Amino acid sequence: MIEVKDLHKSYTKGKVNALNGVTFSVKDGEIFGVIGPDGAGKSSLFRILASLLLPDSGIALMNGHDVIKDYREIRQIIGYMPGRFSLYQDLSVEENLTFFATLFNTTIEENYHLIKDIYQQIEPFKNRRAGALSGGMKQKLALSCALIHKPEILILDEPTTGVDPVSRKEFWDMLKRLKEQGITILVSTAYMDEAGRCDRIALMREGEFIANNTPQGIIDDYAETLWSVEGTGMSALLSELRSHSKIKSSFAFGDKIHVTVEGGLKTGELKEYLTKKEFSDVRIDPIQPTVEDCFMALTI
Amino acid sequence: MKQFIAFVHKEFYHIFRDNRTLLVILGMPVVEILLFGFAINMEVQDIRVAVYDPTPDTFTNGIAERIQQNAYFNYLGKVYSMEEMGELMRKGKLDLAVVFQQNFQEDLVHSGDAAVQLLSNSSDPNRGSIAVTYATAIIAGYQREQTGLMQMPFQILTENRMIYNPLMKSSYMFVPGIMGLVLMIICTIMTSVSIVREKERGTMEVLLASPLKQGTMIFAKTIPYMVISFIDFIIILLLSYFVLDVPVNGNLLLFFLIAIIYIALTLSYGLTVSTLVDKQVNAVIVSAITAMVPVLMLSGMIFPIDNMPMVLQALSTIVPARWFIEAVRKVMIQGQGLMMVWKEILILIGMILFLLVVTIINTKKRLE
Amino acid sequence: MKKVIKISNLTKKFGNFTAVDHISFDVEEGEIFGFLGANGAGKTTAMQMLCGISMPTAGEGTVAGYDIIKENELIKRNIGYMSQKFSLYEDLKVWENIRLFGGIYGLTDKVISTKTDELLKRLDFKDERNTLVKYLPLGWKQKLAFSVAIFHKPKIVFMDEPTGGVDPAMRRQFWEMIYEAADQGITVFVTTHYMDEAEYCNRVSIMVDGRIDALDTPAKLRGHFNAGSMDEVFRQLARKAKRGD
Repeated sequence: MIEVKDLHKSYTKGKVNALNGVTFSVKDGEIFGVIGPDGAGKSSLFRILASLLLPDSGIALMNGHDVIKDYREIRQIIGYMPGRFSLYQDLSVEENLTFFATLFNTTIEENYHLIKDIYQQIEPFKNRRAGALSGGMKQKLALSCALIHKPEILILDEPTTGVDPVSRKEFWDMLKRLKEQGITILVSTAYMDEAGRCDRIALMREGEFIANNTPQGIIDDYAETLWSVEGTGMSALLSELRSHSKIKSSFAFGDKIHVTVEGGLKTGELKEYLTKKEFSDVRIDPIQPTVEDCFMALTI
Repeated sequence: MKQFIAFVHKEFYHIFRDNRTLLVILGMPVVEILLFGFAINMEVQDIRVAVYDPTPDTFTNGIAERIQQNAYFNYLGKVYSMEEMGELMRKGKLDLAVVFQQNFQEDLVHSGDAAVQLLSNSSDPNRGSIAVTYATAIIAGYQREQTGLMQMPFQILTENRMIYNPLMKSSYMFVPGIMGLVLMIICTIMTSVSIVREKERGTMEVLLASPLKQGTMIFAKTIPYMVISFIDFIIILLLSYFVLDVPVNGNLLLFFLIAIIYIALTLSYGLTVSTLVDKQVNAVIVSAITAMVPVLMLSGMIFPIDNMPMVLQALSTIVPARWFIEAVRKVMIQGQGLMMVWKEILILIGMILFLLVVTIINTKKRLE
Repeated sequence: MKKVIKISNLTKKFGNFTAVDHISFDVEEGEIFGFLGANGAGKTTAMQMLCGISMPTAGEGTVAGYDIIKENELIKRNIGYMSQKFSLYEDLKVWENIRLFGGIYGLTDKVISTKTDELLKRLDFKDERNTLVKYLPLGWKQKLAFSVAIFHKPKIVFMDEPTGGVDPAMRRQFWEMIYEAADQGITVFVTTHYMDEAEYCNRVSIMVDGRIDALDTPAKLRGHFNAGSMDEVFRQLARKAKRGD
């Protein structure tokens, strides 16, 4: 398990505050997601947990090992996949995998069952230089290299960034299968829709966790009244809604607009109002919030 | 036109906001001019001379005195045997030997001529020939002086011999220098770039997060370059011997030993540089400048160390190539043995240890 | 309605490999056109040809009224470009970047100066006028980069994944800026991996293995593929892909 208490980290002599007191824990065999935009502090947090950076203050224990004092032990038991592709571009797929297996005193054969599902998809390309792979394949190779020594904890820093939706979904399917093998997985992402695939998540912004719960728990904690509004002329509709006194916030969400409303306003009321303002095909439905709605409610 | 100006503006901003580049562009010329200005002193001075006079007389003493008084010469005194003379020359303590024949004055008065031999140390051919020229001029001057006082015409014959470099080939001087320079550049740049490349590409992060010990990685990285550098060394050696006719007089194994030690030193320096920079570009710049410039200017490869001002001479003691070149000249061209170069070898090994200690202290277990 | 992009059978080959395979489509003035596709499908290559920076192997077309083969330099002058990887010089200040790009696109000093003040006021950036871009948070950088890209009022602005990694609120503010630009008549050609952003577009095309396999409004695409969201549409199409992933 992972235990983190009040972690602080700043750069450039205090001018850049990356972590502002982060506290959380991760259970064995859990998939814990850290969701937040660029600059939130996800990479700094992960690097500290991987023993690659020292925190300014605070404690972090990875399966009981202290990240400051026991870095040697930690480096034996973790698999780390940093934010950008960090394998050897001029070595082939197979050469990269063999190298990392040897680095961890094991062989590809020994733990092949762990990476089989993933590796099978890139195996036809095993002699191709890693630099010549597409984005999705690079991610799969990087994941294989991080798993080859059967780590106890897997730390994945934005593994799906810049990867198209189909590959992203496949990646999360793979993570689920790994969880079944008993590996604890700490993963970060900027894609809010991936939150639902984690056991528990933390929403992160500007160095702090603004929420920490199961995805459903975060949704349950949502305090606002949320409606989805549709109608012709989305851009104009948005401005109109924003000027309405009883509407707290309105934001585009795909082909609909999500609005949070003051108590007392009724859907029928709003629909009439909009129709009078010459908007046609108006539809208003109360909806359950998504993690993205929750994030935005917590940040504005 | 607008675009042009806008872009020029932008480029100036980039330059002035990047301190490192600024240092190189503005600082380098200053350093080079100063170094060049002071180091280039092609005038030959401080010529160390000793005299062997088996039968001292008025004439020999007279000539010796003239030499002693001459500002260009550093008169070491009289030696009492040719062995002693040879010893001094071998140890590199002597530039010119003046050897009078037996019964100089007698022969001069009775036969009309007598001979004096001028033996110059020509590992540095420039220096050697000028030393002889000066000495010859002094002797000729003495002869003119004395002609007036003698009843019979006479002639002092000077016989010149160049020791160590009879054909006065400048390649003898350059080859050790080139070896030192090339090995320094290749090894230093190559090792430092190789390590910094991992930092830049991001693979260093993954390696750090693994059980791999930093020491293992660093050592593994130097091995291929060691092998390649040694091959380079052999190539230079073969070319020098067969194409440039540079002699390989000394013990070949000793020579190889010195080469290996020097290569290890340049590799260690590359490691040290890699702990100080984060970008490959910077690794190349720092390696090239700190390796190349001192070797070119201060190692004795082109400009004689003895001619430099004291400050630069002191500086040259920390340039590894200086000791390598001295050792190579002694072994390769002069054919000297281990006894003559142990000092240089010890200094080189000391430098290696120093660099390794600095490297180990600077090697980080973490990213920042 | 004027067509600002008109291409027919546009193709790009690299040796034996056909990156873009005979694509044809039109884009109308003031449209927000979403250009989607999996990694390796050929989006970036296609965009490079449209921007006039890459020569097509075959096919023809015009962008902003200029021929993409013969008049590509004129195309560059009349478009704006913004990508996720790079758009502004990090070691230049905010106003310096604006001036630089204004200058590159031929605006006079006076115009640049006036428009800079306007721009900073509109973005509420006046306090950051002298800040080096590298110290700005990502969301602000993207907003500034977009404003700089349309500073010279180009006919079309091409954007390559402009909102990657930006937080949800900022992303939406960014898209509102895109709407404003489109209202002013600037055509927007954008690629993205966020499927909800596909919905903000007037029309969307999806590239698979170098070809365009779907092109229509998001609503019609959802209907056609019997899908509840653009996400599903995309997945159905991408599943058929043979290339790359």
